[in-house]
Amino acid sequence: MKKTLSFANYDDEGFFDELFTVDGKPRQGAESLVERINGLSDEGLLARQREIEAALLRMGITFTVYGDDAGTEKIFPFDLIPRIVQASDWRHIEAGLKQRITALNRFLNDVYHGQDIVKAGVIPREMLEKARSFRPQCVGLTPPGGVWCHITGTDLVRHSDGAIYVLEDNLRCPSGVSYVLQNRLVMKRSFPDVFSDSGVRPVVNYSTKLLETMLSVAPNGVEEPTVVVLTPGIYNSAYYEHSFLAQQMGVELVQGDDLVVENDRVYMFTTDGLEQVDVIYRRIDDDFMDPLAFRKDSMLGVPGLMNAYRKGNVTLCNAPGTGVADDKVIYAYVPDMIRFYLGEEPILPNVPTYICQREEDRKYVLSHLDELVVKAANEAGGYGMLIGPHSTKEQQRQFAELIEADPRNYIAQPTLALSRVPTIVGDHFEGRHVDLRPYILCGESIWVLPGGLTRVALTKGSLVVNSSQGGGSKDTWVIAGFAADVADAESTI
Amino acid sequence: MLSRVASSIYWMARYIERAENLARFVDVTINVSLDHSTVQQWESLIRATGDEKLFQKNYGAYTSENVRQFLTFDDDYSSSMLSCITAARENARTVREAISSESWEALNNFYLLLTTAATRDITFANSELYTEIKKQSHLFSGIFDSTMSRDKGWYFANIGRFLERADKTSRILDVKYFTLLPNVSDIGTTVDDLLWSAVLRSVSGFEMFRKRYHTLTIGRIIDFLVLDTRFPRAITYCVRTAAGSLAKVGGPDQASGNIALQRADALVKKLSTATTQTVIEGGLHEFIDSMQSELNGLGVAIGDTYFAKRVQKQSQSQSQSQT
Repeated sequence: MKKTLSFANYDDEGFFDELFTVDGKPRQGAESLVERINGLSDEGLLARQREIEAALLRMGITFTVYGDDAGTEKIFPFDLIPRIVQASDWRHIEAGLKQRITALNRFLNDVYHGQDIVKAGVIPREMLEKARSFRPQCVGLTPPGGVWCHITGTDLVRHSDGAIYVLEDNLRCPSGVSYVLQNRLVMKRSFPDVFSDSGVRPVVNYSTKLLETMLSVAPNGVEEPTVVVLTPGIYNSAYYEHSFLAQQMGVELVQGDDLVVENDRVYMFTTDGLEQVDVIYRRIDDDFMDPLAFRKDSMLGVPGLMNAYRKGNVTLCNAPGTGVADDKVIYAYVPDMIRFYLGEEPILPNVPTYICQREEDRKYVLSHLDELVVKAANEAGGYGMLIGPHSTKEQQRQFAELIEADPRNYIAQPTLALSRVPTIVGDHFEGRHVDLRPYILCGESIWVLPGGLTRVALTKGSLVVNSSQGGGSKDTWVIAGFAADVADAESTI
Repeated sequence: MLSRVASSIYWMARYIERAENLARFVDVTINVSLDHSTVQQWESLIRATGDEKLFQKNYGAYTSENVRQFLTFDDDYSSSMLSCITAARENARTVREAISSESWEALNNFYLLLTTAATRDITFANSELYTEIKKQSHLFSGIFDSTMSRDKGWYFANIGRFLERADKTSRILDVKYFTLLPNVSDIGTTVDDLLWSAVLRSVSGFEMFRKRYHTLTIGRIIDFLVLDTRFPRAITYCVRTAAGSLAKVGGPDQASGNIALQRADALVKKLSTATTQTVIEGGLHEFIDSMQSELNGLGVAIGDTYFAKRVQKQSQSQSQSQT
């Protein structure tokens, strides 16, 4: 039996490994998995990997590759070896995320009303005013229940010090949760026995919780709210996810031209005529949502939608305007928000952040470009970014110019040694860097999906996990710790 | 149900049915041409599609390879099997949330199978492939029927499926009648002809016909393929089934007059009063011609009634109900 795909010769190369402790022992909850994989032949393991890839293609779990005329659909690369999150880590993460989203919702409400946080001098006015994603159209609005951000997908990373940091909050339209659910589905088919031994917490009820969240924030007085998912359409890279979530919730998936606003109410065109819509889970950015309120050239949106929202006749999830807190400069102030609104110390720390607008910070950044990660305040998806240690002198010079020209638009952070998970590379395992995106739902109450999207940078040494830049994904196993967790572990359903 | 979704489901079902019928026609022609090596068989197949001009422009000669290539893999031809299944899948992809996952997977697999086959040599477009295409279509229908609730989505698919089938049965009968019938006086005589039995086979009807009638006469074949109420590919059966599904959908404008429902009723009535005798006397070709234009008209009426996005009608009916 050929066996090079074994953990016996696996080397963590000095990084924090999510599967093994420093002395090479499987972490708690990973024992059964490690034993099972060590007991499989290489062919047995690779056959499972191939079966999973074939299943993902057959199920059409694909994303569209932009810039390809043929509209090529690709599967999001998947690696068989899961990422394990131990019970104690998870309790810490869960508490930290709940605290953070509570403060962020308070901040969003404040920022579009009295701006107490500015008046108190916690966030300088100029920082706020220059956030490109601040929406004057939202000033004075209060969404149902005061909830602005219903669905959040916070990016977490673990540094070599073993601590977990918040990298980004993603308060607009975070994607990827469908991969969490489908990755679990295919993994359960491949390793049924390991699941029953390890106490992995289930993720399957996400869509139920999502629907409950939507229903709980319907406009006042609506008895049986009609919920829809609004997608930009089939050519959007996350279309599969939009359709999957609509299907799992049993609601209509609509495009902009399926909706019409009449008398400040939103209706959809059905085979029986017009039907009123009460809650919209919109997967279209603010900019494209309503050509009358935002970008006039948008073909994707619904003219008049913002007016219907303003009149309180429809709930939009997430609320327009949440992007202001996604601005990477505003992100730097989230720990201060937690202190200001909640009077608590942050449970999950931010990655230390230099704000280039501050002269002192800027000087430091400009003289340490070869060590730092520089990010544009308004970009996402791994674009507009400089990773100092992996960059050329020329790239550093270009970023220095960009920063000098528009300091408000840049922040910098130390380059973290992201933790790693063993990953199949040809005929053996190698560690690859990962991050973790848990999903938080916020309606009447806050719920964190016990799991999340583990993105993995498949290129050796790379720290960029984005799917658009060579990233893949892994199943994420949150291990049940408490008796209450065990009761709902994956093996019991 | 969303108008756009209803439309996509309807077209998804139509395209799958279209590909299946085409596969059956080609497969039967392959079989017949093994016994009767004649170009005429392949030519009449193209004539049944009504796309002779495009074929002649791009291919010229009615050889077996040319016709199979055109009808199976030609992605410039919008009704080739590959184009149909691609279109069916595109439609399904826009409404994945409205159909069962199992149905989508079956159709996606069908598509992957055909796109893979299309990369191979035309000699692989043989009986084996056409049998597989039929099987994939049946598999889809079976999964769809056994995983979908009988509500609007399923009914719209069923309407699409049976209107398409009615159209295809009428086309093949029309063309073969024209090609094969030497003389109108032959109508009542027994023909145990290989070519006529091939017509029945091309709608998978030979065995069912035999059970019903034993010997073949032209009149019986017409009766069986046009007027039969039990054979699932007979025009009357198809139209009744589609009309039945349409009645279940119901929909708007029932009081003021729903054109789609009215047209479907009229078509059912027309078929139920027709007899083999009246069809033959009036001319089979003329009968089928008018049948096809009425099927088209019904398709357009369904589009206008259910798929078009209309604000006007609704606000009128709202103000009516308010007063």
